Amino acid sequence: MDGMHDLGGKQGFGRIRYELNAKVFHEPWEMRANALYSLAVKLGLFNMDEYRHAIERMEPRHYLTASYYERSLTSLATLCVEKGVFTLHELERGSGGSFPLALSSAGGRTNVAGRDHFNIAEKVRVRSDYVPGHVRMPAYIRGKCGVVVGVSPLYPFADAHAHGVQSDDEPTYDVRFQSQDLWSNDSDSALIHVSVFESYLERATG
Amino acid sequence: MSELTTPSGVASMQQRTDAVEAAFELRGHKPAEFINEFEHLAEEQWLPENGARVIARAWTDAAFKQKLLTNGREAVYELGLTMPIHHRHLVALENTPTCHNVICCTLCSCTAFSIIGLPPDWYKELEYRARIVRESRTVLKEMGLDLPSDVEIRVWDTTADTRYMVIPERPAHTLGWTEQQLVDIVSKDAMIGVARI
Repeated sequence: MDGMHDLGGKQGFGRIRYELNAKVFHEPWEMRANALYSLAVKLGLFNMDEYRHAIERMEPRHYLTASYYERSLTSLATLCVEKGVFTLHELERGSGGSFPLALSSAGGRTNVAGRDHFNIAEKVRVRSDYVPGHVRMPAYIRGKCGVVVGVSPLYPFADAHAHGVQSDDEPTYDVRFQSQDLWSNDSDSALIHVSVFESYLERATG
Repeated sequence: MSELTTPSGVASMQQRTDAVEAAFELRGHKPAEFINEFEHLAEEQWLPENGARVIARAWTDAAFKQKLLTNGREAVYELGLTMPIHHRHLVALENTPTCHNVICCTLCSCTAFSIIGLPPDWYKELEYRARIVRESRTVLKEMGLDLPSDVEIRVWDTTADTRYMVIPERPAHTLGWTEQQLVDIVSKDAMIGVARI
């Protein structure tokens, strides 16, 4: 989905609030929220792709104003309610207020039929796919050409795995793009590498 | 309305966390015990010193560095370091006098946290995620790393489950240092690639 989470290349943001040796947790609840999500994964209540997708499904205004750990807890609560582990009523009664969850999920998809396998140094193009459900292709590479510089072991295909859809595992490729090819004349010169599933790619000619 | 809720009636984060913890407790999952274990992992195990040991070894042992560049996961295992099962691949990115690597995750906030430590807050913020891929040189300069114009910047966006870490350049003045002395100068930020040593 072309959601609010897909931030790469978005303009208008200010300076990074950088500090040396920045803290990981600021408030005690943040560590607890992180631990509870980890407990849910350990219990097998959901997988990492479902977890990431439930964050992406947060209403965009909620997503942008929530801290990292609020997004994490919202995803955890949403999935547990959707899967019938907890009820929203129980969470709201327990918290003494309303408990905003993510919006509902659109369908997933399985692997792209007839996808190709690629080798290091091959030129590839990112397919111009528009997907309603979970996808790990940042919009800034859609339709763009790059070169394969790395190949990973096989992974569950995220677009399917986030939705309980059957699929084959696929490798992901580290694909190198020129920043000028992504944002024309309005970017700092750099090589941008993105890790993309085989299903997102096609062979580029020329 | 409880005094901890916001004016709109939304429960505070602490209250919402309490409610989720209580729901796990009610189902017998012993969340308090797990939270204690997790806190131990986060504060005692997933430390940037792990990655610093990897870097120091790579700086002092050419065969190890080659292994790290070829198969990062196997190389860190040799040092007794582990990665979660869904991190099936670790790619080490070597900085040189003419090439500087920096990692990010524009879609969420993925990192090799068991090796370089949990990500700092700024890494997870909207600003870094939006800007580092498009304005890499500008952002690094704002963060205090003003790279010479002839240094090529390579950005790595962690959009799948391959994990990355940067091998910083070893400072020339550290010739002859012990491995432990080297471990002590490698920071999390240098392994993310927003700082040099």
